[in-house]
Amino acid sequence: MSVLVYINSNSDKIAKNAFEAVTYASKIGDVTVVTNGKADDTMLAELGKYGANKVLVDRSFEGIDEQQITRMVATAAESTGAKTIVFSNDLIGKAVAPRLSVKLNAGLVAGATDVPKEDGTVAVNVFSGKAHGFVKVNTEKQIIALLPNSIQPEASGSEANVEEFSGNAGETKVKVKDIKKPEGDIPLPEAELVVSGGRGLKGPENWNLITDLAEALGAGTACSRPVADSDWRPHHEHVGQTGVAISPNLYIAAGISGAIQHLAGVNRSKVIVVINTDEEAPFFKAADYGVVGDAFEVLPKLTEAVKKFKASN
Amino acid sequence: MKILVCISKAPDTTTKISFTDGDTKFDESGVKYIVNPYDEWYALVKGIELKEAHGGSVTTVTVGTAEDDATIRKALAIGADDAVRIDVKAEDAGQVAAEISNYAKSEGYDLVLLGKETIDYNGSQVGGMIAEHLDMPFISLAESMEVDGNTATLDKEIIGGVQTVEADLPLVVSCAKGMAEQRIPNMRGIMAARKKPLKVVDASGAALQTTFVKYALPAPKSAVKLIDPNNMDELVELLHNEAKVI
Ligand SMILES: Cc1cc2nc3c(=O)[nH]c(=O)nc-3n(C[C@H](O)[C@H](O)[C@H](O)COP(=O)(O)OP(=O)(O)OC[C@H]3O[C@@H](n4cnc5c(N)ncnc54)[C@H](O)[C@@H]3O)c2cc1C
Ligand SMILES: Nc1ncnc2c1ncn2[C@@H]1O[C@H](COP(=O)(O)O)[C@@H](O)[C@H]1O
Repeated sequence: MSVLVYINSNSDKIAKNAFEAVTYASKIGDVTVVTNGKADDTMLAELGKYGANKVLVDRSFEGIDEQQITRMVATAAESTGAKTIVFSNDLIGKAVAPRLSVKLNAGLVAGATDVPKEDGTVAVNVFSGKAHGFVKVNTEKQIIALLPNSIQPEASGSEANVEEFSGNAGETKVKVKDIKKPEGDIPLPEAELVVSGGRGLKGPENWNLITDLAEALGAGTACSRPVADSDWRPHHEHVGQTGVAISPNLYIAAGISGAIQHLAGVNRSKVIVVINTDEEAPFFKAADYGVVGDAFEVLPKLTEAVKKFKASN
Repeated sequence: MKILVCISKAPDTTTKISFTDGDTKFDESGVKYIVNPYDEWYALVKGIELKEAHGGSVTTVTVGTAEDDATIRKALAIGADDAVRIDVKAEDAGQVAAEISNYAKSEGYDLVLLGKETIDYNGSQVGGMIAEHLDMPFISLAESMEVDGNTATLDKEIIGGVQTVEADLPLVVSCAKGMAEQRIPNMRGIMAARKKPLKVVDASGAALQTTFVKYALPAPKSAVKLIDPNNMDELVELLHNEAKVI
């Protein structure tokens, strides 16, 4: 069975969630990848190791315009005859997959957390991570958008064939005027490890406690809503019901009480570590590991321990 | 400017989630519904702000049954001019988008505003689907928006940053934090809302592209393992050897 995967290759490296999507698709059928953008053929051929047989690359346009990408993926779906199309459910997947669903009359499973079961249903997160639902697609074609960090990329195969391809992407109606990317940050939705701070850290001047640990781990940084609302940290770091929802392998929360609206954004993390002076803080109920203690003392110790560990491994 | 705002209801976040009928249905008994926060705080208020600045009208649309009317009245109390309810139970994003598009296609809206996602199914699906039905660009996760004549300038979240884009109306825009300042309905608004028109229209009978066949609660979390604050080496060791995340 032919499966098509869209990946984003518009930055100078291919992100981990692209490898996840290809690995995922390879568990369903024979994988063709379709992409546009900058990645060179050598980088694209690497996708073969994760299970892609073939990579179709449209070099006629760059960028992430959802109308152009939709047309390109639809063209590729037609030429490969794929009945299943896989996206990563990142910000691009969330904009493109629904469009494509209408264009191809293909039911969309958004936020899949696992490969389809034998009965064809796919698990997704619902109620902000408080439950799972199993979705059945009623149409002949289906689109699955995989929640980032739900499965691990598996590299084993050999390089894929890379072919130039014309996706009939057409024109864009949206002009990009400016892009602001904070320097050096690890983008939150894709970060595998995240260190996060709350009001317990008292003020922005103490944030080096968080960023030092994040740097030692190679982690992204996040915060609770009041922290962003007080402008201690930028808004894009705010996680929770009204902020970003993340699903990293490790979430370390220091000085955060664990209000339900905060948990809604982080309870899909694989492992949660909570550092809080108050042993009654609700966050401990959602935690795997807890440290009852003062973040001002615990964080520097943890940072040192991580550095020591990294130096000896 | 003729503005359509898509309004949905969602269970209050403090709702205890449980299922009935052999775990095939969400147990709605005792559930308190609120207006989906992104729809209320950002999409609706942005629509009202644009109308206040440029004139025009703000209509809300909801795919739902009479049970949704309380939610719709709240949107009217905050300041929408009128409301449309498409009379069918919302069961699937594809169905919702098809119904809204079918209603909107002959109405000539300049702008269709949505929340970035519903907090129950967290799909972020409906906006892109409407945009495809109506053949309009979809600006997702907008954090700010200004309109000058026929041209809109928006900041939108992209992976690892913010992009400023410009596009001509009509557009479909999904609204995230930053888009507008939350408004609390006042007594006058609540009174006025009772008299504002809420038009109920028949659904076109769009098919369900997907079905939720079963639900499950996550396995209960084992109790937290407490670590001595003076022994962070132990924590690192556990994260490495036991949890295997570093
Ligand atoms: C509709 C709605 C939506 C919301 N959406 C979000 C959202 O998306 N994200 C979000 O985060 N919140 C959200 N909130 C707010 C949420 O309810 C909480 O108010 C918020 O998460 C609390 O932030 P906090 O834990 O940083 O602060 P606090 O609740 O003030 O907690 C601070 C914690 O730090 C601990 N502490 C104090 N000093 C120290 C120290 N020295 N060392 C270690 N620990 C210490 C305290 O014991 C306490 O547990 C929302 C609220 C509503 C009503
Ligand atoms: N039943 C509905 N009626 C009207 N609008 C809806 C409905 N469901 C979802 N929407 C809109 O679509 C947005 C995204 O929803 P979703 O795709 O379910 O995450 C919401 O924020 C609403 O603005």
